[in-house]
Amino acid sequence: MPGLMKMTKSVALAALLAAWAGGASAELGVNFPQPAAGVAQEIYDVHMLTMKIATILMIIVFAVLIYSLYYHRKSRGYPADQKFHETWFGNWSWVIVPGLVLGVDLTIAGSAQKTLEKIWVIPKGEKLMDVKVVGHQWWWEFEYLDHGIKIESRYVPKDQSGDKYLRAVDNPLVLPTHTKIRFLHTSADVNHAFWVPALGFKKDAISGYVMETWAELDREGEFTGQCAELCGTWHSRMPLVVASVSPEKFQEWVRQQQQVKLAAAAEASSDKTWSKDELMEKGQGLYNTKCAACHQITGQGLPPAFPALKGSKVATGPIADHLNIVLNGKQGTAMQPWNALTDLEIAAIVTYERNAWENNTGDVVQPATVKAAR
Amino acid sequence: MSTATLAHGHEHDHHGPPKGLKRWLFSTNHKDIGTMYLIFALTMLFAGGASAMLIRMELFIPGLQLLEPDLYNNLVTNHALIMIFGAVMPAAAGLANWMIPLMIGAPDMALPRMNNLSFWILPAAATMLILSFVVPFFPGGGSQINTGWTLYPPLSLQVGMSMDFLIFAIHLLGISSILASINIIVTIFNMRTPGMRLMDMPIFVWTWLVTAFLLILVVPVLAGGVTMLLFDRHFGTSFFNAAGGGDPVLFQHLFWFFGHPEVYILILPSFGVLAAIIPTFSRKPLFGYKSLVGSMIAIMCIGMVVWAHHQYTIGLSLGAVSYFMIGTIIISIPVGLMVFNYIATMWRGSMSFEVPMLFAVGILFMFTFGGLTGVMLAVVPADMQYQDSMFVVAHFHYVLMPGAVFGLFAGIFYWLPKWTGHMYDEKLGKIFFWVNVISFNITFFPQHFLGLAGMPRRIIDYNVMFTEFNFVSSVGAMVFGLSHLLLLYIVIKTIRGGKQASARVWEGAKGLEWELPSPPPFHSWTTAPQLAK
Repeated sequence: MPGLMKMTKSVALAALLAAWAGGASAELGVNFPQPAAGVAQEIYDVHMLTMKIATILMIIVFAVLIYSLYYHRKSRGYPADQKFHETWFGNWSWVIVPGLVLGVDLTIAGSAQKTLEKIWVIPKGEKLMDVKVVGHQWWWEFEYLDHGIKIESRYVPKDQSGDKYLRAVDNPLVLPTHTKIRFLHTSADVNHAFWVPALGFKKDAISGYVMETWAELDREGEFTGQCAELCGTWHSRMPLVVASVSPEKFQEWVRQQQQVKLAAAAEASSDKTWSKDELMEKGQGLYNTKCAACHQITGQGLPPAFPALKGSKVATGPIADHLNIVLNGKQGTAMQPWNALTDLEIAAIVTYERNAWENNTGDVVQPATVKAAR
Repeated sequence: MSTATLAHGHEHDHHGPPKGLKRWLFSTNHKDIGTMYLIFALTMLFAGGASAMLIRMELFIPGLQLLEPDLYNNLVTNHALIMIFGAVMPAAAGLANWMIPLMIGAPDMALPRMNNLSFWILPAAATMLILSFVVPFFPGGGSQINTGWTLYPPLSLQVGMSMDFLIFAIHLLGISSILASINIIVTIFNMRTPGMRLMDMPIFVWTWLVTAFLLILVVPVLAGGVTMLLFDRHFGTSFFNAAGGGDPVLFQHLFWFFGHPEVYILILPSFGVLAAIIPTFSRKPLFGYKSLVGSMIAIMCIGMVVWAHHQYTIGLSLGAVSYFMIGTIIISIPVGLMVFNYIATMWRGSMSFEVPMLFAVGILFMFTFGGLTGVMLAVVPADMQYQDSMFVVAHFHYVLMPGAVFGLFAGIFYWLPKWTGHMYDEKLGKIFFWVNVISFNITFFPQHFLGLAGMPRRIIDYNVMFTEFNFVSSVGAMVFGLSHLLLLYIVIKTIRGGKQASARVWEGAKGLEWELPSPPPFHSWTTAPQLAK
């Protein structure tokens, strides 16, 4: 048996070396990543302090145990001290030991309490930049409340992200350095949790609640994290990427985003009648980003949790029923109401779903129809 | 004492167990029911272990190779529920059934028919639990349970009918636990041999008294919580639905009001086993009997009012998190005192290291380590990083494997000769200990690093930066999982035969259970034994 253990270990070791040689990762993470914000640094310090205290305690306990295991053995002929529990130590240890432990406890709690107050209370009397972070199954929405822009952030499939898979997104959360930012956390469906280790904290996103956290980034760079609260099937596919940039670059990015938003709004509100090809092209892009996580790019879904759209009653039946389920969602399932999308976007998606994957209903749904169905 | 033993030796002749299936189905005998509890727990240990091994196989390397995401989450849910409700709690109840009457000099449990009921509810509950796992694989079975054992809404409101099976399984398991707890409390309060005061009872009996009270206090809260979930799912209520004016966080409070004391429910009986084993193999009296009793009562009281340390990130107020932080850290005082008393029992003893003692010493090392990471987790600012990461997974396995499961293993090796009348194979037992404990550490130690580096728990797929430690952890898990087959072999081998065990079995063993022959007669202590003063 010990031979077997050694063998398994050497197999594991060989595989490990192979993994390194293959460059599976640049470095082995064994501790928190380098903090990127003031509060994160303080959290890091609290973590290191408690870990040091815990390590010292562990060494003391283990040393006593090992000493006793070595010296107080029958095989060494050590006679058992039958009266040990009746010594002064036996009579008073129930006071001494809790006293010592209480001292350690208060040291830890005391140092943590100061940091806690600082991170828990949002700085008062100054203007903070507000970013609303909304968790969805399975993507993040970032709303810059002061700038009137909204970003949707989704994971990037492996063939496009390579080694950054599950740590890469299509649209990162762009934030300026040296600016106090207030995050407002909530969820559109089930519980999620916002966790970017370099920012130092984690906060749950719970529907019906809006929770606050704050941070001030102190350096530029890309900081990654991911959803930390089990949120269903694709919990693993909710990465978070914070792109920390200088305030100047941030302003430029904001201007760009506002222009994109204006252009999209102009397109959506035009009275134009769209051709089937235009809608299909738009619809395919939208479907693949917003719907394919559940219903799959092939339209075959993942039954029974996520029904197929290919040949489904909804996608090939009356248009009104199809629109109804897209706009209002389905109670008791992961299908959420998609009424935040524009009429044009819904028209494109529904048109695509009714004609793709050999559904071939030939239906073309115009934005005006969607507007009427709302 | 020996005359009493002889007396019921005679009775035994014309009052043996009934034959065949009836012996087990209609059993009111604490030993038979204890045996059934233990066999049930062992079966469930393998079911829960198989699901854990599937989880670790999937996590061997990045990517989706073996499982679908929902099946993975289903296994995560199932592993926890089977291990907690199917393996650890019934095994501890099995030890209680076997040992409490023997230790306090009672002829049987106080309520033998209820004892039968509380056991036979379990197979029904286990069936419901397993159905909740397999129903989605049948046509029309709905989606799988992908919530984890915490069952947080709104996610649990999205799951198909398997969630309803699970809710009823939890109800049944809860009823079984409460019945068993009532029985244990009544037995301990009423059936002690004349002259045995509460403060004369073995610590194992004490731990079960405290555990039974804890169960009766907290299991109904879980039952209430899952019933509200059931109503939300089917009867249009909105207890946990924000859109209907409800509160998803309420369920978390109800769940953890049960869930945190549950940790002590799992650990305390095993700590009671340690209090029997360590003095035996140290050949000196238990150190700090009174402070052990005081500690466990303190653990029960404080343990019931610190539940929200599982929920630091839900947006509690500053006052609330400060309270829950200090409350949680304070628990280290009674727990630390218990560990201290065990070390002090070993100190200046004359120790020998048979398998039960090996496990006991292993527990002291590993549980101390797990307890210290627990103190780290109690610290709110740092926990904002640790929470829901693999660090938590590593922590609670370091607490629950040594604290609960290894304690049960130790108890099984310690009392198996008493139950069967045969000595187990000491050499195989030692091999099992070393393989088990080393592979346990290979499995769970690297998970601390994963968590600190940013890997959340309950994810089926991960970035390549987490490859190495996951690989090591999975290799350890395969060895760890398979090592339990050796335990099964040792147990079966011991039941079938082996060196005849003496009544005392262990050189340093003290207590009423060792006054009876090994194995004890079907009906023992029909006349109350005299306490040696």
